[in-house]
Amino acid sequence: MLTLTIPRRLMAVQAMGRRSAAVAERNVAALKTAYALVMVGGLLEPVLYLFSIGVGVGALVGDIPLPGGRVVGYAEFVAPAMLASSAMSGALSETTFNFFGKMKFMRLYEGMLATPVRPIEIALGELSWAMARGSLYSGAFLAIMVAMDLTTPARALVAFPASMLVGFAFGALGMTISTLMRGWQDFDMIGAGMFVLFLFSGTFVPATAYPDVLRWLVEITPLYRAVDLIRGLSLGTAGLVQLLDVLYLLAMLIVGLMVAGRRMERLLCK
Amino acid sequence: MTPSAYVLEYHLVNYRRTWRASVFSSLVLPLLTMLGFGLGVGGLVTGDVQGVSYLQWMVPGLIASTALQTAVAESTWPVMSCFTWVKIYFAQAAAPLRIADILGGHLAFMLFRVLATTTAFLLVAFLFGALRSPWAVLVPLIALLIGAAVAAPVAAYTASVSSDSYLAILIRFAVLPMSLFSGVFFPIESLPEVLRWVAWVLPLWHGVDLSRAATLGLDPGPGAVWQVLYLLLWCVAGWFLATWRYRRRLVI
Amino acid sequence: MNSLIHARGLIKRFGDFTAVDGIDVDVRAGEAFGFLGPNGAGKSSTMRMIGCVSPPSGGVLQILGMDPRRDGPRIRARLGVCPQLDNLDPELTVLENLTTYARFFGISRKTARDRAAELLDFVQLGERAGSKVEPLSGGMKRRLTIARALVNEPDVVLLDEPTTGLDPQARHLVWERLFRLKQQGVTLVLTTHYMDEAEQLCDRLVVMDGGRIVAEGSPRELIEAHSTREVVELRFPTQDQGAYAEKLAGIGERVEVLPDRVLLYVADGDDALAEVHRRSLSPASSLARRSSLEDVFLRLTGRTLVD
Repeated sequence: MLTLTIPRRLMAVQAMGRRSAAVAERNVAALKTAYALVMVGGLLEPVLYLFSIGVGVGALVGDIPLPGGRVVGYAEFVAPAMLASSAMSGALSETTFNFFGKMKFMRLYEGMLATPVRPIEIALGELSWAMARGSLYSGAFLAIMVAMDLTTPARALVAFPASMLVGFAFGALGMTISTLMRGWQDFDMIGAGMFVLFLFSGTFVPATAYPDVLRWLVEITPLYRAVDLIRGLSLGTAGLVQLLDVLYLLAMLIVGLMVAGRRMERLLCK
Repeated sequence: MTPSAYVLEYHLVNYRRTWRASVFSSLVLPLLTMLGFGLGVGGLVTGDVQGVSYLQWMVPGLIASTALQTAVAESTWPVMSCFTWVKIYFAQAAAPLRIADILGGHLAFMLFRVLATTTAFLLVAFLFGALRSPWAVLVPLIALLIGAAVAAPVAAYTASVSSDSYLAILIRFAVLPMSLFSGVFFPIESLPEVLRWVAWVLPLWHGVDLSRAATLGLDPGPGAVWQVLYLLLWCVAGWFLATWRYRRRLVI
Repeated sequence: MNSLIHARGLIKRFGDFTAVDGIDVDVRAGEAFGFLGPNGAGKSSTMRMIGCVSPPSGGVLQILGMDPRRDGPRIRARLGVCPQLDNLDPELTVLENLTTYARFFGISRKTARDRAAELLDFVQLGERAGSKVEPLSGGMKRRLTIARALVNEPDVVLLDEPTTGLDPQARHLVWERLFRLKQQGVTLVLTTHYMDEAEQLCDRLVVMDGGRIVAEGSPRELIEAHSTREVVELRFPTQDQGAYAEKLAGIGERVEVLPDRVLLYVADGDDALAEVHRRSLSPASSLARRSSLEDVFLRLTGRTLVD
């Protein structure tokens, strides 16, 4: 009798959530030693960069003056950017490389779509899996930052959901890109694009150091917004600009999901 | 060794279709790294590094690192593809080619890629005024040595693993740490003692050190001979490992 | 009439190309229904529409009394699909392939495990439960795909070329399992271009060609309607079999000349052979056999190779 009182709409949402969860569950079942090691490697990457560039090169670099007038150490400056980049690359590699492999190579989604699962639920399921993985990375990296005294525990707690948002936004973008890919060769371009963003998004050098035109270009890229948000939070200098960052990333998430769901429907339900 | 020339030819013909994409990842990205780090981070560096500007100091390291990246890129997924996806090795083994021809031809192609990429990089570095000595002409040779020292053992590894997850593991746990802590971006003297030893054992640092001596025109001293010999040891050991692993896969 | 699948004037277009061109189909509960046709006849497109993963471009389609455009998930919950190419999950074990798939239907983990074990026994893969998918033979993969299609205890099972590429032992095992399903009251819808498969499994079938249905009925009815009871195959010791066509004229209903032999469509093969010899023709070899669905198929869809 209870089911009768639950509105149909709510039940549909429940079913959607359950089916998305089943999609994510498949990835848990596929989690074998080799792949788990790859995942640990994903955690290692930003830490290695932090030590090499933040600490190693940081010894050659003086302190960095922030726009507000505050001066911070180079490692303190680089660490939040590494967090944002790793949230990006984790989300993108899961939603482009792995997603495309499952779609075209293993033809997994064809099998799933023969069940009650719908394309948008596959998109949501894969995205939440990427996020579960990403938040593990972010949490561990933030712990390292706190341990190295690069941020305070309270700021780390605020930066954590922000890094989740970054992951979600890039995950949605990645799925959209995947549905537009023609073949594996296009993925070289994704890797290259990620690397270019990684180099020039105010990650290692403040964007203010670039010539004006380049600086504007940099400031509209998604990774710059993500770095800006997380850096603002972890250094405790967040203000109105960071609100803009949040809105930017939210818009990316929503548009990305909508386009990805629709494109998948077109690709798989011909 | 002529049969291995036929194998090389096969890989070159294939490369005609894909070279444009590879130019981007193997040349444009290192160049961007040079800009982003050499100029960008270099602008933040206060004073000189070992007597030269940061750009001049890091460029030879970056070229050596590019040799490493190219060699690894060519000896991982492409080799796995030749075994499992395209299976061309098996087709070659069915022709009158020996294991040494199949492996030798493919390694020759990998070295061709290393040579082409690093030479191009060197020219651009020259235009940026990042080279300080005519000895820099030796850098492509050093790059070849690094390439062979890495490509051969990595091809052996690729021939031994069952899934490409293990290639990602190699990249993340070996290649990336090696690139970040072998004196490319900062002197290894600032590493803790243990990590400095790790850098000495791995091949990349020796290549970085040799090419840095070449582009900066430093006297490398007799140690350079030992470094070259050590890299050659990696090449020879890698070759034997790879022929052994290839034989295990191809001759059943 | 109680039909599980009901189509009227069903159309599927891909751009300018019309894959399915207005077909009428009714599949009744408990029967085994076959779509026959050469490659490109529109069988797989039809199956994908019935599987609710491909929206029809026109016409009426009702499955289990519902509209696939609106009720896709609810219909698919009651279908089992075995696609033409196995799309098993290579990263999972045999057992996990079934349990994770069951979860997509919202089946509880416990039930999924129990049912997966039962189904693995049913398709004789119980001993391979912990194995990866990759090393399985083609026949084993096919059986696993069929088991996966049964994990939600479907009312209708859709099988797209269930035995293509399998060796004879594997085919017979698959047929036997499908026959058992039919006995349990499961409705089977399958496509095939193997005539023996259609004769083995199907109660009723349609022959498709160029997106249309060109014939419909039980295997027996189709043979009666489109062929004779028996066929005599003659090979003459010459390059030009056609030279004999004239001399054979009048024997049986129809004479068909092929590059390597001549076929006579007749009511009684032995009588026809006697007549051939009476006309003092001496073929190098001769064979009188029952007419099969293959004769119907080739008659209806032509002998030209379709790729």
